[in-house]
Amino acid sequence: MTEARETGFLRQGTNIAWLLLVGSTLFGWWLGHVVHSADEYVRIATAGVLVTAFVKTWIVGFQFMELRHAPWWLRHAFHAWVLVMCVVLLILCV
Amino acid sequence: MTGGLISEVRRSSMRSAASPAVRPARDHIPGEIGIWLFVAGDLLVFSAFFIVIALGYKTQIELFTQARATLDMWVGVLNTLFLLTGSWFVAKGVESCRETHGVSSHRYFALGILCGVLFVANKSFEWGLKISAGITPLTNDFFMYFFVFTGIHLVHVVVGLGVLLVARGVSRRPVLRAKDIRTVESAATFWHLIDLLWIVLFSMFYLL
Repeated sequence: MTEARETGFLRQGTNIAWLLLVGSTLFGWWLGHVVHSADEYVRIATAGVLVTAFVKTWIVGFQFMELRHAPWWLRHAFHAWVLVMCVVLLILCV
Repeated sequence: MTGGLISEVRRSSMRSAASPAVRPARDHIPGEIGIWLFVAGDLLVFSAFFIVIALGYKTQIELFTQARATLDMWVGVLNTLFLLTGSWFVAKGVESCRETHGVSSHRYFALGILCGVLFVANKSFEWGLKISAGITPLTNDFFMYFFVFTGIHLVHVVVGLGVLLVARGVSRRPVLRAKDIRTVESAATFWHLIDLLWIVLFSMFYLL
């Protein structure tokens, strides 16, 4: 079994997911600064903050919660929640 | 006997021996079905919380913007990184239990617990600063939502730490049966839910 194990930090899905999540956290942080500093781009930055947050929740569900291997109904129920909540919050906040 | 048990776990959790490691079978529901019912219920409850915060933001944008500016951004960012890293360790722990079960399995869970404890400490520090500055849930709507919703989330984190302690205990067993793997997966699912909910709370309270 050991020889079948994927080697290399960037060849394992959980490691890539963690790097993406940390990177998108820093990106969201930067967008948050834009929200509070530049009037011109506030709406775009606000939308960016929310979309980034829900992309992160999708990564957590898909990779860490292992929904990528789950039955279609569970996977799509989660996708529906991510999409609906993101759209609702965009409508309310942007 | 031992080899047979390990094979049982591997057959039920893995696609095949030739597949890349740490990959559960297709159409595999991690953990018990009950934890997913809890996840669904909690997501619905927190969805209502998120909508309440958004409505507050929409109707009192000046007050929310001013109140948000008094939050310490670095505390929120640090707490996000603690939970993301904790989730990463827990996910590695599940993979380790499922595939190459050994000493490293329970160490991953211990590191996940450490990240959770750091989150609680940092959150307590943040609340302490706010309360000592005279900012309480009664200050305005923003801080009412902030203390109540992050407080409910904090209760989840504390319960999650207990759940991770159970997972760590199970992962120390020399041989893991299919039932043990399901227990570990259920604990991990709950911990990842906590991470997922915080990601949205962080964005709505600290970034908007």
